Amino acid sequence: MYKMQLLVCGGTGCRASASAKIVEKLNESLKAHGLTKDAQVVTTGCFGFCEKGPIVKVIPDNTFYTQVRPEDAEEIIAEHILKGRKVTRLLYENPETQKHVTDSKHMGFYQKQMRIALRNCGFIDPENIDEYIARDGYSALAQVVSDLTPQQAIDMVKQSGLRGRGGAGFPTGLKWEITSKFTSNQKYVVCNADEGDPGAFMDRSILEGDPNSIIEAMAICGYCIGASKGLVYIRAEYPLAIKRLRIAIQQARDYGLLGENILGTDFSFDMELRYGAGAFVCGEETALLASMEGKRGEPRVKPPFPAEDGYQHKPTNVNNVETFANVPVIFLKGPEWFSSIGTEKSKGTKVFALAGKINNVGLIEVPMGITLREIIYEIGGGIKNGKKFKAVQTGGPSGGCLTEKHLDTPIDFDSLIAAGSMMGSGGMIVMDEDDCMVSIAKFYLEFIVEESCGKCTPCRVGNKRMLEILEKICQGKGSMEDLDHLRNLANVIKDTALCGLGQTSPNPVLSTLDNFYDEYVAHVKDKRCYAKKCKALAHYTIIPEVCTGCTVCARNCPVGAITGERRQPHFINQDICIHCGVCYTKCKFNAILVQ
Amino acid sequence: METVKLTIDNKHIEVPKGTTILQAAKQAGINIPTLCYMNLPHLDQEHKPGSCRVCVVEIPGRRTLVPACATKCTEGMEVLSHSLRAINARRTVVELLLSDHPKDCLVCPSSGNCELQKLSITMGIREINSVENAAISTYRKDASPSLLRNMDKCVMCRSCETVCNEIQTVGALSAVNRGFMAVVAPAFEQDLTDSPCTFCGQCVAVCPTGALTAVDNTFHVIRALADPTKYVVVQTAPAVRAALGEEFGYQPGTLVTGKMVAALRALGFNKVFDTDFAADLTIMEEGTELLDRITRHLNGDKSVHLPILTSCCPAWVNFFETNYPDMLDVPSTARSPQQMFGSIAKTHMANKLGVKRENMVVVSVMPCLAKKYECQREEFKVDGNPDVDYAITTRELAHLIKIGNIDFKSLKDEDYDRPMGESTGASVIFGVTGGVIEAAIRTAYEVFTGKKLEKVEFHELRGMEGIRTATINFDGTDIHIGIAHTLGNARKLLDGIRKGMYNFHAIEIMACPGGCIGGGGQPLHRGTDIVLKARMEAIYKEDFNKPIRKSHENPEIIKLYEEFLGKPLSEKSHKLLHTHYFSHPKQ
Repeated sequence: MYKMQLLVCGGTGCRASASAKIVEKLNESLKAHGLTKDAQVVTTGCFGFCEKGPIVKVIPDNTFYTQVRPEDAEEIIAEHILKGRKVTRLLYENPETQKHVTDSKHMGFYQKQMRIALRNCGFIDPENIDEYIARDGYSALAQVVSDLTPQQAIDMVKQSGLRGRGGAGFPTGLKWEITSKFTSNQKYVVCNADEGDPGAFMDRSILEGDPNSIIEAMAICGYCIGASKGLVYIRAEYPLAIKRLRIAIQQARDYGLLGENILGTDFSFDMELRYGAGAFVCGEETALLASMEGKRGEPRVKPPFPAEDGYQHKPTNVNNVETFANVPVIFLKGPEWFSSIGTEKSKGTKVFALAGKINNVGLIEVPMGITLREIIYEIGGGIKNGKKFKAVQTGGPSGGCLTEKHLDTPIDFDSLIAAGSMMGSGGMIVMDEDDCMVSIAKFYLEFIVEESCGKCTPCRVGNKRMLEILEKICQGKGSMEDLDHLRNLANVIKDTALCGLGQTSPNPVLSTLDNFYDEYVAHVKDKRCYAKKCKALAHYTIIPEVCTGCTVCARNCPVGAITGERRQPHFINQDICIHCGVCYTKCKFNAILVQ
Repeated sequence: METVKLTIDNKHIEVPKGTTILQAAKQAGINIPTLCYMNLPHLDQEHKPGSCRVCVVEIPGRRTLVPACATKCTEGMEVLSHSLRAINARRTVVELLLSDHPKDCLVCPSSGNCELQKLSITMGIREINSVENAAISTYRKDASPSLLRNMDKCVMCRSCETVCNEIQTVGALSAVNRGFMAVVAPAFEQDLTDSPCTFCGQCVAVCPTGALTAVDNTFHVIRALADPTKYVVVQTAPAVRAALGEEFGYQPGTLVTGKMVAALRALGFNKVFDTDFAADLTIMEEGTELLDRITRHLNGDKSVHLPILTSCCPAWVNFFETNYPDMLDVPSTARSPQQMFGSIAKTHMANKLGVKRENMVVVSVMPCLAKKYECQREEFKVDGNPDVDYAITTRELAHLIKIGNIDFKSLKDEDYDRPMGESTGASVIFGVTGGVIEAAIRTAYEVFTGKKLEKVEFHELRGMEGIRTATINFDGTDIHIGIAHTLGNARKLLDGIRKGMYNFHAIEIMACPGGCIGGGGQPLHRGTDIVLKARMEAIYKEDFNKPIRKSHENPEIIKLYEEFLGKPLSEKSHKLLHTHYFSHPKQ
């Protein structure tokens, strides 16, 4: 029996910061100190506090070390494991009190979180099914196949109020019920692990940190709808998640939790992986199904829905990773418990990838109904560098931005839509006063134009045209007419696009037009970007009091816009200036003002 | 039959369950515009990707507009096809399409026949809102002997993809690239000539814009006609006379043979001959070959290959060479009528006329795009001089006639020149599916049985079903016939033969739906079967009205053998009128 365990975060973020090396060094030190029988090093999934990674947590005393490096391993072993003395320099420091915090449950980042989908991430070794089982893993599956009929199990999922976490928020139990009602000689359970939103890593963390939760949930789903085959469509850009899933599937098979006659019943279920090939659009369920069938990953008109006509035209239930991650808990703790969390129409929790201009960047899981203010200022620790909050983009390229006036909005599916955004899959990018909202809209549109499959006219051509207008505006060549045209295009695309990608692609544009119209007007009328992001609109002037007349700027100006005598203040001719910014970079005296 | 009741634009209608809004609207006299929608009922194919978004309609209460072509009617549905929301959306969608399209309508081969142009006209679009130098998705031009690809004009309707993959099962075209630069192209973005393309031209027949067009040889023909050193001879395929009239406003199915001959003469062709003559010749050669194989087979010769496959369709030959290279000695070795004509014209006929081979220009008027490819195949040339110089389509002939300032409708009927303008009813029906084999049977029966055929019509060989089978009794011997049209059906038959599933003696294959009358060079009908059926009826009518209806009774054919060829399958016939096949190492 180990006296202590060192849990090292093995999520992709911390691995990129050499957490695998930390594991190696810790093991080396344990060996050197002869402690290999007393302490064990375990690689776990994502702890969520990515800003402060790599994370090493020592249990059972729950010491939470942050920003650990491989060179720190020896000290941790020699001091903490051997002598019981915490390494204080590696402890988290509360930015307000400046006091060290040892246990994560006292940290602002964690206090309001409620980790249900992420319940095992950071606690177990995802490559060891025994640890999953030790934490009630597969008990839900056992309960379902032994004690419940498919309809009873479906009713429990319905009762819980779980809604899809992929973005659309469709009631999960209802989807399972509809699929269960179609008769066929073969049905499928599909897990959508394509997670294409830029900056989103909720599903990745679940798959890397707790792959068995998905396997168990898919098996439960298979039992409920009458499917014997499961397919996980996972993006090829997640090699670690793929590896961990493969290991978990094999271990589950070895234990008879997948395959023929699971747990001695006549329910058989097995699953395989299918890989994406770098297309955001294949996160759309019908495009996903086409891709799995070996066809071009393009969506098709719905209805019919996959529940009726899905993979190879068979009834198929498609759910997102996070949706599945919630399923076992509904059976373990009961649907009443689950529905006691959250708001009236949005039950349970939501995992968000909190990023952008925020102090505590990372992965959080909060009950529905928490306010934006709590997320940003309590969990997120406020805006970085003390800047002013401007907006939060939720839902990635399909979402919109929430502003100061929404700070006290309780986060749930419907309230976000009412505010002109959407939950989406959980990306939450925080913006401050230095962000240009027009550029943000342009950024998301660039992504969409790159990822559009090209099947339908509004998305293929319409988004390109919207992007051209935004580029024109950011070049300082926009007109007020362009803004009207932009809005009409956005509304028509929203109204006519064939699939969710196209239908939601105008959201960032519309949302920023609604909430930050003055910024658009400034770009168009004043030809200015007050956030100083749009280079082409940057207004360069020389401060005559500071200018030494060294002529470096004039000599480097590619268009000869700067004039002046030696040792006399120089002058930039605004009509010739092309806003390239070379003078600004060359000036050694900070004599050039950028506006 | 279960029905649903709904309202469209406040009209109450009742339709069978499963009807789409588009179909229901049509019933109610409401024409919702479409672009990517294509219905091919005779081929059991309804192409409705719902991707152009032109047919979007409003259903109050729904979050978005819905495509009428792909949305089924439900009980109590309320549809508004021209609400402000729907009109604004439709107009914006068409504007978007126009903004991503070359603006060279005035010189585009599809001008006047373009579905996108029609939409712009119907919707009264007068300006296209896009930024200066707005991007247009471009793609390199691709030319082949038969058709041209100008993908700048592709609207991604995917109709060509459907006909090429689902109906023809050739698989030369599919969507490549993503987003704005998405385009339809062969696999690995090869040129068409390197792909499995058979040049059947069905893609051209269904393309709504000028993205896929036929190669145009009109001006080659004009130059030949104007060249005083050239003796220009023209041959006309059977299917042309049943469709040419459509280019001049006649109803589909109007026979315009006499006017066509008159027009050709007025254009200045030295001789106006008929491909039908060569079709009779084909029957002589192929019929003899068929009987030869059948007789040997009935006598127990195991080495003989049955069934014999007709070989007059070059797209079919191409398909065969690409997909069934292991069966190259199964088809008939007879050349197609077009090629047999050219071969005889530049040898025997040229001699008779006192014209040197190099001064004779043979032009063929075909319903077909593959014929353009066929006439430039190396084996159909003598010392580099092709037997047929130019193959032009029915559409090109119509242009020629218009360029010649000829008022087609007012022409008086004229007759073909002799001898190569003499033809029988059997040759005319070459233009429809089942016709070639029926013509062959008319001759084969009499030669095999030695008896006279009382009734020459074989209705069991006629019709529009994709695959048809029949057994003809040759005075005690049962001869099994298989017929397929469209290459998809050809594939089914061929796969079966490869597996040894069938006991056919002869099979007729035509690549185009309905046979040549549905060829890629015919007046565009964009898929309706009404036009095909009308043309088919016209062909059978022409046959019915001919005095001689069996190929072997054509007096000029009899004379040709006496004077020149000797007998069918003679050495001379083999040299001039037969060919062999090549396996194509295509991707």
